[in-house]
Amino acid sequence: MMNNIVLLPMLLPILVGVVLIFLRAYGRVQAWFSIGVMAVSAGIAFYLLEQVQTNGILRLDFGGWEPPFGILFVADSFSLLLVLTTAIVATIILLYAMFSAGKFLQTTYFYPTILFLIAGVNGSFLTGDLFNLFVCFEVMLLSSYVLLTLGGNKRQLREAIKYVVINIVSSWFFLVALAYLYGAVGTLNMAHVSVRVAEAGQGPLLTTVSIIFLIVFSLKAGLLLYFWLPGSYSAPPAVTSALFGALLTKVGIYALFRVFSLIFYHQPEITHTIIGAMAALTLVGGSLGAIAFNDIRKIAAYNVVIAVGFILVGLAVSTPNAVEGAIYYLIHDMVIKALLFLLVGTIISLTGTAMLDKMSGLMKNYPLLGWSFFITMLSLAGVPPLSGFIGKVLVSEGAVESGSYGLLTLALLSSLFVLYSLLRIFKNSFWGETIVSKEDQVPLKKTLLIPCLLLVLLTVGLGLGTELISGYVTDAAETLLNPDIYIDAVMGGGES
Amino acid sequence: METLIILLVGVLTAVAIYLVLSKSLIRVILGTAIFSHAVHLLILSMGGLKKGTVPLLGEEAPSYVDALPQALILTAIVISFAVTAFILVLAFRAYQELGTDDLEEMRGVNDE
Repeated sequence: MMNNIVLLPMLLPILVGVVLIFLRAYGRVQAWFSIGVMAVSAGIAFYLLEQVQTNGILRLDFGGWEPPFGILFVADSFSLLLVLTTAIVATIILLYAMFSAGKFLQTTYFYPTILFLIAGVNGSFLTGDLFNLFVCFEVMLLSSYVLLTLGGNKRQLREAIKYVVINIVSSWFFLVALAYLYGAVGTLNMAHVSVRVAEAGQGPLLTTVSIIFLIVFSLKAGLLLYFWLPGSYSAPPAVTSALFGALLTKVGIYALFRVFSLIFYHQPEITHTIIGAMAALTLVGGSLGAIAFNDIRKIAAYNVVIAVGFILVGLAVSTPNAVEGAIYYLIHDMVIKALLFLLVGTIISLTGTAMLDKMSGLMKNYPLLGWSFFITMLSLAGVPPLSGFIGKVLVSEGAVESGSYGLLTLALLSSLFVLYSLLRIFKNSFWGETIVSKEDQVPLKKTLLIPCLLLVLLTVGLGLGTELISGYVTDAAETLLNPDIYIDAVMGGGES
Repeated sequence: METLIILLVGVLTAVAIYLVLSKSLIRVILGTAIFSHAVHLLILSMGGLKKGTVPLLGEEAPSYVDALPQALILTAIVISFAVTAFILVLAFRAYQELGTDDLEEMRGVNDE
């Protein structure tokens, strides 16, 4: 059973997390263990990705129950690319956490919770069963509730209540959708559901069910229903916001791509039109939010919203180019949002304020930080040769091919808003008169800067080395656009 | 039978929505608990009610009930139990720190 390794990206973080609970008092040990396990799962994800290229999609049937009867994990290029990116980004964020988090966080189950969160994220990417997707979502959400409230200051608690209640309601919708889907097609294995939906034809009933799924995943991804996002992403410490910004919304986006390309792809004139309209409104709302606030954490959070809208334009259009572009952009966005939130957190820890109008001239005090922020800004705006460029070009190309010029205009305009919102931060905080003298400045610890620089290298590397991952991305897009490949791998005979 | 249960689900959902929309935090939490009961009943009725005996081979009955919805509900109950426990503690901590359980007063104020 070679395929057992497919389970490891979810199993390893859980096992190590459980062990770390007993090492509560030793913050540094916990940190190194977590970094180690993330590095190992990055290696595993890469190995699996190579396997998928040569042997096709891998699957693991738990307990030997052949599909459609058991729960299973399915690893295709799309999910493995995301697992790989998650592992790399999480390693770097943990490195930052080790040096930035205070003594309290280090010794209050911070690392185990992060590992459980990542286990939930990886599980959501890998599972091939809709109910298992719900369970993995809950693993991830419960950890995120804990991470959001750790520290327990007033703002965190206030935002956590809203976040938890909204997520409980969306989980409720998820269960409702699952119940109706099970009632209608009698199975929850994604590939089997897809086969049955194709056989029965996607009538009004199934389309309605698909729209309930759309509501659920939109709430998690922050597609149009993002009202909870800026508050809860700007409340916790920088490390936690970076994890949330990089990973949580991406799981919702992944689920949207999976469900609407594998299962409910028969009525694009209804479902994909709705997704397009929601993406358009998200782009508009996110853009307005990004330039409206003075709090740099809020600005960063609204940038997450804009990216969600942009990626979903790719799904709404659903041409080969657009889907490929959306995958590139998804990977890019995980890296760059982690970087953005870490930089914002570093700026706040250096200046002691999150308000734009209270900081100025940091460029003189911290040149390296300033230039990192500059590169982040360019990458987010999609300037070549950084990693945001290729995704934006391909999604735009797809939009042109399918003649959705409205979406195209909004997507490109949103890039300008992204650039403007970050230029505001750059201009106000880095340029201008230096108000803190060289002697009085808070020293910037190298250990905080190194993780940021690693992520900068990653975004530059992804931009320059697009060719290196293009094979994987093309394969991922092909699988998404041809559900039969996925279905054959799951349902067709058991050579595993 | 199914119709009756579906009606019950509707009533429970209506009650839950009413509670979740109220101002008091405890009522909201009770609302979420009733929400989960409603959806568990819904899943149960989706498998079809009273269609056969327990799904054990030894029974040798002409038909068996679908066991999957019950497995799903069991998982969902455990999850909703954990989440409810968490949010109750969260509500208590928030009450201690913020001095209120009125959601209206918990709106983001511009104090940061």
